[in-house]
Amino acid sequence: MSTTLDGRIALPADEAIVLHRSYWQATLHFCRREPLGAVGAVLVLIIAITGLSAELIAPYSPTANDFAAMTEAPSWTHWLGTDQFGRDLLSRIIYGARTALIVGLTSAIVGGFAGLVLGVASAYFGGRLDLVFQRIFDVVMAFPLIIMALAVVAIFGTGVHNVIVAITIPLIPRCARVVRSSALAIREIPYVDAARACGYSHSRIILRHMVPNVMAPFLIMLTAFVGQAILAEASLSYLGLGVQEPTPAWGLMLQGGAEEYASTAPWIAIFPGLAIALTVFGVSLFGDALRDVLDPKLRER
Amino acid sequence: MRSALLAACIGAVLATGPAAADTGETMPKRGGTLTYMIPADAPPSLDGHREGTFAMLHALAPFYSVLMRVNPENPSDTTQFVCDLCTAIPKPTDDGKTYTFKIRTGVKFHDGSPLTAADVAASWHKIIFPPPGVLSARQDWWSVVDSVEAPDTTTVVFRLKFATTTFLPSLADPFAFIYSKAILDKDVRWYEQHVMGSGPFKFVALDIGQSMKGERNPDYYHKGKPYLDGFIGIFADKQVVRVEAIHSGRAAMEFRGLPPSAINDLQRELGDKVKVQTHDWNCGNVVTPNQRRKPFDDVRVRRALLLAVDQWNGAPALSKIANVRTVGGIVFPGSPLAATKEELQKLAGFWPDIEKSRAEARRLLKEAGQENLQLELLNRNVDQPYKYVGTWLVDQWSKIGVRATQRVQPTGPWLQAMRTGDFDVVVEANCNSVVNPVLDTHKYLPRVRSPVNYGGYNDPELIEIYEKMLSEGDFDRQRALMRQYEARIIDTMADEFPMLWWYRMIPERSFVHGWKIGPSHFINQDLSNIWLDEGQNG
Amino acid sequence: MYQYIAKRVLLVFPTLIGAAALVFILMRLIPGDICLVRLGSGGGSFDPHAIDLCHAEIGLDRPLIVQFLSFVWGFFSFDFGVSMWSGKPVSLEILTRLPISLEIALLATVIAILIAVPLGTISALKQNTWIDVVVRTLAIGGIATPSFWLGIISIMFVLDITNAISGTPWMPPIDYVPIWRDPIRNLSMAFLPAITVGYRYAAVSMRMTRSAMLEVLREDYIRTARAKGLIEKIVINRHALKNALLPVVTVIGIEFAFLIGGLVVTEQVFNLNGIGRLFVQAVQNQDYTLTQALVMLTVAIFVFSNLIVDLMYAWLDPRIRFA
Repeated sequence: MSTTLDGRIALPADEAIVLHRSYWQATLHFCRREPLGAVGAVLVLIIAITGLSAELIAPYSPTANDFAAMTEAPSWTHWLGTDQFGRDLLSRIIYGARTALIVGLTSAIVGGFAGLVLGVASAYFGGRLDLVFQRIFDVVMAFPLIIMALAVVAIFGTGVHNVIVAITIPLIPRCARVVRSSALAIREIPYVDAARACGYSHSRIILRHMVPNVMAPFLIMLTAFVGQAILAEASLSYLGLGVQEPTPAWGLMLQGGAEEYASTAPWIAIFPGLAIALTVFGVSLFGDALRDVLDPKLRER
Repeated sequence: MRSALLAACIGAVLATGPAAADTGETMPKRGGTLTYMIPADAPPSLDGHREGTFAMLHALAPFYSVLMRVNPENPSDTTQFVCDLCTAIPKPTDDGKTYTFKIRTGVKFHDGSPLTAADVAASWHKIIFPPPGVLSARQDWWSVVDSVEAPDTTTVVFRLKFATTTFLPSLADPFAFIYSKAILDKDVRWYEQHVMGSGPFKFVALDIGQSMKGERNPDYYHKGKPYLDGFIGIFADKQVVRVEAIHSGRAAMEFRGLPPSAINDLQRELGDKVKVQTHDWNCGNVVTPNQRRKPFDDVRVRRALLLAVDQWNGAPALSKIANVRTVGGIVFPGSPLAATKEELQKLAGFWPDIEKSRAEARRLLKEAGQENLQLELLNRNVDQPYKYVGTWLVDQWSKIGVRATQRVQPTGPWLQAMRTGDFDVVVEANCNSVVNPVLDTHKYLPRVRSPVNYGGYNDPELIEIYEKMLSEGDFDRQRALMRQYEARIIDTMADEFPMLWWYRMIPERSFVHGWKIGPSHFINQDLSNIWLDEGQNG
Repeated sequence: MYQYIAKRVLLVFPTLIGAAALVFILMRLIPGDICLVRLGSGGGSFDPHAIDLCHAEIGLDRPLIVQFLSFVWGFFSFDFGVSMWSGKPVSLEILTRLPISLEIALLATVIAILIAVPLGTISALKQNTWIDVVVRTLAIGGIATPSFWLGIISIMFVLDITNAISGTPWMPPIDYVPIWRDPIRNLSMAFLPAITVGYRYAAVSMRMTRSAMLEVLREDYIRTARAKGLIEKIVINRHALKNALLPVVTVIGIEFAFLIGGLVVTEQVFNLNGIGRLFVQAVQNQDYTLTQALVMLTVAIFVFSNLIVDLMYAWLDPRIRFA
């Protein structure tokens, strides 16, 4: 990184070096090059560990009602206070991290991979298949994410599984779109035709040649999806159509009680919202940095 | 209070001066505009006969007259009815099968045309015998009616197929607006999109999805009323918005009922600038297991679920966060037909000793081979109090080792799941307007008799008890039959469990006077008795 | 060129018809229907016979294919029918709610542009300095914060602050007055929602401005301009910003279409009688005609803004139109 203006021009060489270093060195390099990204990664890591070891670190059960301790302010016994059922907010937020990560990761990964397959297939085979896929993507993408998810949840019902389905479906075409346009560029390169001429199978060509070449935009999309999915889950739950009581989930914690008690017990509204914002913030920071490292030319669209 | 009440009755009957109807504290002042919140989105159509939502009444009741109604000066009495358009509540003749009403003279519709018995009969005819293709939401209430006629301009006669004590209270249905016969004859669906009544207020404007505005009807037949120059009702289904509106003075009150947290907030913030009226509510949650699904076809399992819930200790705790309060059976606790606490405590689920109750629940589950019972509780996407009750139930059941999850659905899918039997156990509600216990408990009859029963059971014996109760004229015998009916539903069969009656808490800014709370958010909504003290506009 | 335009315009139709089919099917897959909601939501009893009548009344007893064809035909002939819930024309229902939604969307856009363009530009110019870090953090913060939460917190904040200052709490008006009738009342209702929506919107646009600027700054003509010794300010204003703005405008255009969807949650928080809240009501009431019309409106805005963007690019970049 020589100057602010052409810092990125040196990148291709940079990248080559990154690939040959050990993981440790690569990580170090990443941190030095993208300090913001490193902060994001650390945030995500902390939240992931919290979610995974919820049973070990949560001081109380996330669902047990305690009518003797309703809407208590933060104190040494309840660090973040309690909600209207007397449930410990810290414990619910800790368990809520798990729900957020399950919804975020599953939706992003399933939606991402389905999009990857469809996008690459669409680009590789082209012709009528491509045309049909394109129209379907257009249709699904024309629906704003939250509206699509609302409809899907209304059909299949609420709860974690259905929320994941509802968020995954609209993510697929968004990923497929981007993957397809990157894959199209590769499709035009002669070596694909050469591989075909050598008698390699479609699946081999797709897996060995096309997929690795669209990995950069794919990974970037994937991290963006995690954040979007967590936010979408929060919005759905806020509208009462997402994860349901008594499952601890951040968006759900903001629904109902949070607003009702906003003036007497503001902690019920503040902490879960902060948890959402921090998590998505971490994921986005990391995703941004990843984008800068992997593909400086890629535009966010 | 007593004398005021008496005065009110006489006032209604003889149409004396305005002072008669007041509470006696101070003379009501005239003038001012009341701004209040309507806790719902706008009603579907403007025709009360075809709708069932309270938003309809909160927005439209001020424009219309009805035949008779719950006493607006004492709505909390569940047995007291007074005339609006009639001149006296009739005693039935012909062995209780004929009711003859005399209609007030000199009443005018807002368009200036006179209101006669023909209009009253035509409106009731539309409600009870709607022409083909016209919807009447509560038609089955009056299946006992044989004919409605207006032999002359001041008389309306209802003839019944058989005598029943449920008939007279059912005529106080607040949705039964009196329409103009001339208009109905021209277009029976005209009232779906237009307003033209004879009530205390005249229609001014409906801002779609936002507000309803009305102004004083100078020709109102209850002399001196209404006191207000006009009103503005603002639709807002979001509770926080309503509470903050009252808090910041953008609105003076709302009429449905707010949960305790909101009431406490308002009282703490506003001090003596706000008054709160409270009342038991003729609405309660009901928990229904689906007997078409295993293992809920087993009465032991159903009983265990009922026995696990600690209603006596749950009610006071929940009443701090939700608008529930009173433990009761199937009859509205304020009614003379309701079970007393002693009677109630003999029924499963109401035993005074919760430990004994839960021990029995565990024993029953073991006996039924369902110690590791898991179930899905279907619930409605409504916070107060459905979801609070649901969350509490899940916790209660966990105490006998039952693992329950909740499936919360918006109203449409929730109703559909109940109708198609796609649930294990459901949280529903029994919510009625005018307290009329025998009709109100019709809901517990098996589906063959009650289309809104989703328990999936059939029980000829239960139907038999109900039939007897319906045509029983003697109060004590009717009450005994009601206990039998209740015990069979709850204790013997564990078909459905009444799960806490709701509690109405209405905040009003202290400059609002004259309105009195009753057991239902459907009744006493014509705003004619409300007056403002400070001439403050919301 | 004409061939490309014709082809691109024709492609709009399958998307619209596909979207129509999708929303039609989705709505009918939701269990229950409007008649149930209407008659059963009060919790009291209702007559099952009334349900059949209600179905007949609003045409739900017609064969599905007939319902679908009349919906699609209605859409293309601009006759959206009547709302199943209120019996009023759908166009009236939507037009009544459109002003407040549009106003907030426009205000949010203005706020977004005012924040995004200068900050994004500075951030790009000072890439990897502390200014850049702060701006990017702000931007990502905007993307990460759920706007409904921001709404809840801001209402809480305003009430508490006004209460502390004047002793009486103040909240924005809850009934809409058109701006030409009472601008102060109107704006005091719109500014909070516009800010909460606008922050997120600004965040997205800010990131776009930054990366577009970075891209442009590397182009040859900027280097040439610099090499010629032109003053930095002129280089930025005349050359760089002008060229970087096209993608920014694109993003703002496309985001505007999405904003309508984003208003769904925000209008709930602020109890605004706009089309986002109308949408939630329509879905909850299972009002097929109204939901279909609203979805088609959003889809149409999205499809046509994409079309315009594509045509604009084609006009600017000859390679596309001949491809």
